[in-house]
Amino acid sequence: MVIRTQGLSFSFGNQQVVNSISLEVPEGSIYGFLGPNGAGKTTTIKMLLNLLQAGEGSIHIFDKELKSNRIEILKQIGSLVEQPAIYQHLTGKENLMNRAMLLQVSEQRVNDMLSLVQLTSAANKKAGQYSLGMKQRLGIAHALLNDPKLLILDEPTNGLDPNGIIEIRELMMRIVKEGKTVFVSSHLLSEVEKMATHVGIINHGKMMFQGTIQDLQNINQPHIFIETDNSADAANLLKRNHIDITEVENDYLLVPFTSKQQIGDINNLLVQNGITVFGINKKHKDLERLFLDITQSN
Amino acid sequence: MKGFLLSFRSEFYKSRKTLGFWGSIILPLVITLLALTAFFVKSGDFANKPGILLWIQFSMISLGSMGTLLLPIYTIFVAYSVNNVEHKADTWKTIFSLPISRWSVYGAKYAYAFFLLFICMALFTLLNIGFGNLLSVIKPELKFNEYHMEKELAQVFFKLLLSALGILSIQFLLSLLWSDFLKPMGFGFVATIVGVTLASQKDPWKYTYLLPYSHPMAAIKSMVKNQHGPADRFEIAVFTQEVYVSLIVAVIVFFAGYFIVQKRSVK
Repeated sequence: MVIRTQGLSFSFGNQQVVNSISLEVPEGSIYGFLGPNGAGKTTTIKMLLNLLQAGEGSIHIFDKELKSNRIEILKQIGSLVEQPAIYQHLTGKENLMNRAMLLQVSEQRVNDMLSLVQLTSAANKKAGQYSLGMKQRLGIAHALLNDPKLLILDEPTNGLDPNGIIEIRELMMRIVKEGKTVFVSSHLLSEVEKMATHVGIINHGKMMFQGTIQDLQNINQPHIFIETDNSADAANLLKRNHIDITEVENDYLLVPFTSKQQIGDINNLLVQNGITVFGINKKHKDLERLFLDITQSN
Repeated sequence: MKGFLLSFRSEFYKSRKTLGFWGSIILPLVITLLALTAFFVKSGDFANKPGILLWIQFSMISLGSMGTLLLPIYTIFVAYSVNNVEHKADTWKTIFSLPISRWSVYGAKYAYAFFLLFICMALFTLLNIGFGNLLSVIKPELKFNEYHMEKELAQVFFKLLLSALGILSIQFLLSLLWSDFLKPMGFGFVATIVGVTLASQKDPWKYTYLLPYSHPMAAIKSMVKNQHGPADRFEIAVFTQEVYVSLIVAVIVFFAGYFIVQKRSVK
């Protein structure tokens, strides 16, 4: 495991922000760390970077204990936490040069990173004049400067337009192909589901789910999606016939799927009782709904 | 050590375009230029005065203004500017997630603030000596060239530098902990006014020497050693009581600040 935490907890005063989190981030994965705003994602990330001292629990990165191997571990990490930290009075390139100086990285690498995040033409412009998207890209360039084995990105697509989001996604997938690991937080599952290999879902400081993206799909039980001319009458009819209803909306209702035969039986039942069926089929909830169900169940 | 040097270099790189850095050059330049202009314009008033008197009067323009109010205020500003660059850019989290020890980052930042004060005092010394000699060339009636007090001037400005270190450590820590402008600057201004008021009394309160903000003023007042030698020679007392207290406060607060920073979470 590249990141392994056990019983990680953190409190701000009396408020428990992170509650006994055990992360397992395998090497070469894109780990989507998901949760609504205020769930404890940034606090967890700050503990992984030794910016916050964990109240309880342990953190191992690259199989080494973080506190006692802080410098050695941080050498192999690139990070972007919250909004990019940028000196507004320096140009974009000067910002990178300053960090390159501290990391002992060459100017060529700075130019390469500027080109990678498409800021070469704005390299000599004051960073204070950058748009939010440009600042975000500069922040990502900062994180990549030392060619890290582990990239920790906290909501990296904040402020980016759709093209920018796709670019970042492709960039992460490219990085992982080079054998690196990406730990990326987001409050939107849709943003990471296309690239994540592993997912951790956190809410109110607690880990609600952790596993591969396939595991997440597997807990996503299929439903029968039924469109009729009268959802309320259809729902009452099904209930009278001892069929569970998951959800009733004006234009559709959902029933837990058990078999194909069940779909035919329900169709017959509805039609024989004078309800017009516009459509009936097996359907998985999209992951976004599943994510909401998981985070709201707490 | 490498981390310290890299951080120190980075401090210069970051601040070279800020008022914090240029202030250490502009402040001595402006004050000594004013002194030069005053002596040049009013050269008749100083003509044919003994060299020693000219040097004292000329250098007291810098020493008096720095010792009374400017040095404490400038020290407060330097401590603020070195930390404010990180508060403003929200870069503490990136600095402390670098593969560099916190000790190096903290130490280099403090050392850089000290370096700015040193530059300021060194320039005061050099510009006073340079402009004094320049005046004797462009206005031959001003006999600066008949007396030499380079060593004494260097000693006085060195003493002023040491006397400001207590303030530097306290303000450095306050500016590091408080991200806003008002708290550290407000505290510093009030403490400076109290310190200067106490130190400027004819018969100061006996514990005034314990207040770091009174040290620059007290350092100027105690700069000449009591002596019984010839009237045209005098010696500078560098290591006086307030200088020792300033150094002790500086060292204690510097280390205390480090332990606070080490334990503190980075927001």
